[in-house]
Amino acid sequence: MYAQMVKSTGERPKTLDEMTPEERAFQTRIDADIKIEPKEWMPEGYRKTLIRQISQHAHSEVVGQLPEGNWINRAPTLDRKAILIAKVQDEAGHGLYLYCAAETLGVSRDELIQQLLTGKAKYSSIFNYPSLTWADIGAIGWLVDGAAIMNQVQLQRCSYGPYSRAMIRICKEESFHQRQGYDIMMALMRGSPEQQEMAQDALNRWWWPSLMMFGPSDADSVHSAQSMAWKIKPVGNDELRQRFVDQTVPQAEFIGLKVPDPEVKWNEERGHYDFGEIDWEEFYRVLKGEGPCNRERMAARQKAWDDGEWFREGLMAHSKKRAAKKLAAE
Amino acid sequence: MNDNPTIEFALRMGDNCLILAQQVGAWCGHAPVVEEDIAFANVALDLIGQTKLWLGYAGELEGKGRSADDLAFLRDVRQFRNCLLVEQPNDEFAKALMRQFLFDAWHHPMLTALTKSSNARIAEIAEKSVKEVSYHLERSHDLITRLGDGSPESHAKMQEALNDLWRFTGELMTPDSVDEALAADGAAPELSDIQAEYTAYMRSALEEATLVAPEKVHMYQGGKTGVHTEKLGHLVAEMQWMQRAYPGLKW
Repeated sequence: MYAQMVKSTGERPKTLDEMTPEERAFQTRIDADIKIEPKEWMPEGYRKTLIRQISQHAHSEVVGQLPEGNWINRAPTLDRKAILIAKVQDEAGHGLYLYCAAETLGVSRDELIQQLLTGKAKYSSIFNYPSLTWADIGAIGWLVDGAAIMNQVQLQRCSYGPYSRAMIRICKEESFHQRQGYDIMMALMRGSPEQQEMAQDALNRWWWPSLMMFGPSDADSVHSAQSMAWKIKPVGNDELRQRFVDQTVPQAEFIGLKVPDPEVKWNEERGHYDFGEIDWEEFYRVLKGEGPCNRERMAARQKAWDDGEWFREGLMAHSKKRAAKKLAAE
Repeated sequence: MNDNPTIEFALRMGDNCLILAQQVGAWCGHAPVVEEDIAFANVALDLIGQTKLWLGYAGELEGKGRSADDLAFLRDVRQFRNCLLVEQPNDEFAKALMRQFLFDAWHHPMLTALTKSSNARIAEIAEKSVKEVSYHLERSHDLITRLGDGSPESHAKMQEALNDLWRFTGELMTPDSVDEALAADGAAPELSDIQAEYTAYMRSALEEATLVAPEKVHMYQGGKTGVHTEKLGHLVAEMQWMQRAYPGLKW
C-alpha cells in the first residue's frame, strides 16, 4: 500500500469494558476475524480512519502514475514500452477500485479528489521523488512496488470487506510489477558499465525513500495502535520495514548492486539484517510538501482536473439529455 | 521509397500504429478521469502490438535483418510512413479524441477489408488487429457522440477539433502507386471503396454527434511518402532518445 501516517482517532484504543454495547459487539466481530461490510454499523472513528487510509492509498496509485508515466514516451524498446504502459495502467485501475471501495463508506470520488487537490488528503511521499533515468523505472518497480506489496499482503486480512477484497486483486498485479522492475535492473546489471552505473545510481537514490514508505516507527503511535486494534492495519510499520530489508538486500547482492547503507549487515542473533537510521527530517520535509517534486505532482493532477472539467460536464449533460428524451418518449 | 510496394504498405500501417501509440500512451496519468487513463492505455497497448506485427513484417521483407525495434527506433523522420493525422499535436484531450475517432473510422474498414487480402501474412495481421480496432472505434464513436451532443462547451470543443483535423483525413483515402499496386494484386482494397464507406459512416456518426464536417477544405498529403509536419521530428526524437544516446545496448 501507499499510505503512511494515516491518522486514526488520536486516542488509545478503548478496552472492552470502556466500550458501549454496540462498540463491544463490533470489536468482538473484529477479534473473531469476521469482515465488516458497508451497510453494517461501525464506529465513526473506524469509518473515518478507513476513508483516510483507502483514499490516501487511491491517491497514491493515481499520483504514482506520474513518475513512471514520465518514461512511457522514452522507453528503450517496444516491449519495454508496452510493459510500462500496462503497469501504469494497472496503477490507474488500482486507483479506481480503491476509490470505489472508499465510496462504500459514504464519500464520493469527487470529494476525495478535492481533498487531494486542496492538500487535505495525502498520498505516499515516495512519488515526490523524480524519475531521472530509465533505471529509475526498474528501481521503482523493484523497490517501491516491493515495499507496497509488503504492506498490501497484510492488508488482504483487513477487517473491512471491500478493502480486503480490493487488496487481494491488487496484490496479484503488484507482484508482477515488482518482477518487471527487478527484470529491468537485472538487464542493466548484465549490460555495459554505463548501464550498471545507471542501475546503482537509481538504487542509491530510491533506497532510503523506499524504507520511509512504511512510515515512522510505530512504537509510540496512538494512530497505529488503534488501527491495529481494528485490524485496519494488521502489522506494524517497523516489522514491515524489517521484512522489506530482509527481502531486498539479498536481491540487490544477487545482481551485483550495493545497498547504499554501510550499516547493512546480517545479524545472526536476530535472524534479520541490521540497517542504519533513516533521515526522518527528510521524511517530514517531503510530507510537508517540500520534496523534490511535490509541486509538480500536484500541478499535474490539478491540470488534469481543470482541463478535464469540460469533458466531465459534457458527459453529464449528454446523459441528462438522453434521460429527458427517454422520459418524453414514455 | 522502397521498390517493393508491400514493404511500403507494411511501413505505413505499422507507423500509423506506432506514432498513434506514442501519442495516446502519453495521456496515462493526465486524462480528465481515471477511466480515460485506462482506456487510452489500452488503445496504446493494442497499437504497440500491431506495430510489432507490421514493422516485423516490413523488416522481414526488406531482408536486411532489421527488427521492428530497429525500424521504430533507428529510422530518421523522413523514413517514417505514417499519415499526417496521427502525428498531430497531443496537447488537448478533445483533439486527441477526435484524432482517434477520425483514424479509427478509417482503420476499422481498412483492416476489415485486409482480412480478405490475397497476401496471407497481411490477412493474418489484419485478422488479429481488427478485433482490437473494433473496440477502439466503438469507444471513440461513443465519446464523440456524447461530447458532441453534450454541453455547449463540449460541443464547441469537439467541433473545433473536427474543423482542425478534418483536413488530414483525405490522405488516408488518396491512392498512390503503392496503394494501386497492392489493390491490383488483391492484397489491399481499392481506397475508393474505403472512401465510400468512410463518407457514409461519417455522415451518420457526425449527425448523431450534432457535428458538421468542414466543407471544401484542402486535404493535406505527404505522410505516406515521408514528408511530415514539424511535430513528428520532436516526437521521434523523444521516442528514440535511449537508443540514440546508448547505441546497441540491450535493455
